[in-house]
Amino acid sequence: MFETLTDKLQGAFDKLARKGRLNEKDVDEGLREVRIALLEADVNFKVVKEFIAKVRERAVGAEVMRSLTPAQQMRKIVYEELIALLGKPAKIDLSGQPPHVVMLIGLQGSGKTTTAAKLGLHLRKQGQRPLLVAADIRRPAAVQQLEILGKELDLAVHSEGTSVAPPQICANALRRAKESAYGVVIVDTQGRLHVDEQLMVELEQMKGQAAPSEILLVADAMTGQDAVSVAQEFHQHVGLTGLILTKMDGDARGGAALSMRSVTGVPIKFLGVGEKPGDLEGFYPDRLASRILGMGDPLTLVEKAQEVFDPEQALKMEEKLRTASFTLEDFMEQLRQVKKMGPLSQIMDMIPGLSGLAGQIPEGETDRQLVKIEAMISSMTPAERHDPGVIGGSRKRRIADGSGTTVQEVNQLLGQFRQVQKMMRQVSRGRTPDLLSMFR
Amino acid sequence: MIGRGKNIEQSLSRTRRSFFGRIGGLFSQTDLDERVWEELEELLIQADVGVTTTVDLVQAVRDESGAQGLRTPSHVVEAVQQRLLAVLGNASSPGRSQEGLWVILVVGVNGSGKTTGIAKLAKYHQRHGRRVLLAAGDTFRAAAADQLKVWARMLGTDVVAHQPGSDPGAVVYDAIKASQARDADTLIVDTAGRLHTQYNLMQELRKIHRVIKKQMADAPQETLLVLDATTGQNALSQARYFKDAVDVNGVFLAKLDGTAKGGIVFAIASELGIPIRYVGTGEDVDDVAEFDPERFVAGLFAE
Ligand SMILES: Nc1nc2c(ncn2[C@@H]2O[C@H](COP(=O)(O)OP(=O)(O)O)[C@@H](O)[C@H]2O)c(=O)[nH]1
Ligand SMILES: Nc1nc2c(ncn2[C@@H]2O[C@H](COP(=O)(O)OP(=O)(O)O)[C@@H](O)[C@H]2O)c(=O)[nH]1
Ligand SMILES: [Mg+2]
Ligand SMILES: [Mg+2]
Repeated sequence: MFETLTDKLQGAFDKLARKGRLNEKDVDEGLREVRIALLEADVNFKVVKEFIAKVRERAVGAEVMRSLTPAQQMRKIVYEELIALLGKPAKIDLSGQPPHVVMLIGLQGSGKTTTAAKLGLHLRKQGQRPLLVAADIRRPAAVQQLEILGKELDLAVHSEGTSVAPPQICANALRRAKESAYGVVIVDTQGRLHVDEQLMVELEQMKGQAAPSEILLVADAMTGQDAVSVAQEFHQHVGLTGLILTKMDGDARGGAALSMRSVTGVPIKFLGVGEKPGDLEGFYPDRLASRILGMGDPLTLVEKAQEVFDPEQALKMEEKLRTASFTLEDFMEQLRQVKKMGPLSQIMDMIPGLSGLAGQIPEGETDRQLVKIEAMISSMTPAERHDPGVIGGSRKRRIADGSGTTVQEVNQLLGQFRQVQKMMRQVSRGRTPDLLSMFR
Repeated sequence: MIGRGKNIEQSLSRTRRSFFGRIGGLFSQTDLDERVWEELEELLIQADVGVTTTVDLVQAVRDESGAQGLRTPSHVVEAVQQRLLAVLGNASSPGRSQEGLWVILVVGVNGSGKTTGIAKLAKYHQRHGRRVLLAAGDTFRAAAADQLKVWARMLGTDVVAHQPGSDPGAVVYDAIKASQARDADTLIVDTAGRLHTQYNLMQELRKIHRVIKKQMADAPQETLLVLDATTGQNALSQARYFKDAVDVNGVFLAKLDGTAKGGIVFAIASELGIPIRYVGTGEDVDDVAEFDPERFVAGLFAE
């Protein structure tokens, strides 16, 4: 089984019990696990090396706080250092004279065009009047892509087809923005390799024409070790002012963020969390740190749950619980709701202690489980559904036969149901449910 | 080797310069000391091979170094290369022997290079004298069908496309009918990019796969996962989920013209048995090559 960093650290420190200080040997033992966790999260090798050295310096000889075990103390230091390295979130710079020009640059397919539309929407919500600029004349239909997005969102798009050179398009767009009082100009550029000298020169020319106040590197959260050289090259050529990490809605740990941040020193400004124009989020260093370390992301989980669970229905459920009328049918309904939060694997990834386990569950497995559960419950009589207590050995056999499952699976279901009942009771008493218990 | 544009060697040579200049020490050293093993690990990890795979591999070579008489760094590198090649060799690919319509379903996460890859594959099959038809199965992303149409016009192939937002299953259904009617022998199906963790979208992909199967039991003969070579460890997760959903039987490794090495394919080949079939080395239709394991492995170590 894939362990989380927390478990691993715990393992590494178990032998030591409580001690007053972290000694060199203990620290190195713990840091080996940290190193692996970071590399597995795609943090660049050299960045990991530097980071470990820094943590080591702070950890060796550090006092173990009375309330903490050595493993917890170690984790605390790692976590804090990671948050510090990730830096503070930052907004788009809108100081100075408008129009403010924001240039989006990056490798091919990283999400620049989609992000241009997202940013346009975001800035308009803040009372700005944005103009999107279609300056990618290379990728087939890139201009149309931005035009369609602009139309859908009712955002103005400046496009000149594919025969005018991008620096010229920038100059023209800037003139238009001044004339028509667009406060923000968002330039969508062509994807380019950081080692493509010719296109880097073009980028410098665009910068010259557009005089941007922001040059944001749009990078894929799934990027591996190469994130360092990509960020470094772009930064050297045009001077980045910030980073946007896209496709964070997947299960990538996002270590590239740390790599890029550490070689450029510029802030992470946004995270892309989906394909829709509204899928742009602020960056929270603590959440990202947890995610990179494989410590789960409980806050996002809570947010997701809030999105999906209908408060009215929750009230009804609560009522049922208080009156002890929560049945297996309600249980089914609950499972369906949880499913709406996304694949179980993804949900598990956000739960500390379970993250990392997700990859072990074959895709579709949870769905198959749900089908089975549905079959078992429909094979029960109404009386059994309302009071599973009456289900004894022979009834279990009948239910198993009727649903094409096994007695063992019926037992499992009944056990899970009891867990949920327990959990629901906790909720109705105003406590946070122990979600973990559901999966044990 | 196909393609008249930048070929894989040119692309990789750029990679070597920018990335491996530093590693030169590994070869100039004559003693097999601790540093060699460390540098080897560093090289592989930095190529996105992954910690576990790297550590296992280096340890295995180290364990056998005595018995095998590995005395110099270049002996060691050679042994590592042999092991890497063995990993790639274990994953085999389907040959195209049969008559009739050959369907290629192209899947992958967002922006990995599917549509461009399809243009490249279309040209590749045209070169082999085949009649190619394309299906615009990405009905979601803005201007996705337009993008495919631009390539098709350039290549002189037909595209079956529906309105934006329509059911991709219906597009694929029509495309198979059209292939038969128009006597095409190769149908390449584009799909919308989707993250492997998106349950509903993966269900949609299963459905597309089923629609194809329903009309032709032995199709799709090829289901290619397009991976971005810049991707790190997440690519393994992608491969696992896509394989489970639509039985992926080949990888198209795009964007190998950057400085990333695509080392995660070793884990994909060894853990999931999926062979690497093609590499993409640029944005033009000619920037493609059949995967060559020897060259790929050599590329990891080249100076
Ligand atoms: N899941 C997900 N997909 C994204 C996100 N941002 C962009 N995409 C998708 O990634 C692909 C490439 O995006 P695009 O904007 O065309 O990239 P560009 O080539 O850099 O302009 C498209 O399929 C987008 O829908 C994101 O945050 N999450
Ligand atoms: N440098 C380079 N760029 C590529 C390669 N393949 C695709 N691209 C670019 O990557 C971006 C996304 O490609 P696309 O085919 O639209 O990806 P899709 O969203 O998966 O269909 C486009 O800008 C392509 O030109 C490649 O092999 N090398
Ligand atoms: Mg674009
Ligand atoms: Mg596409």
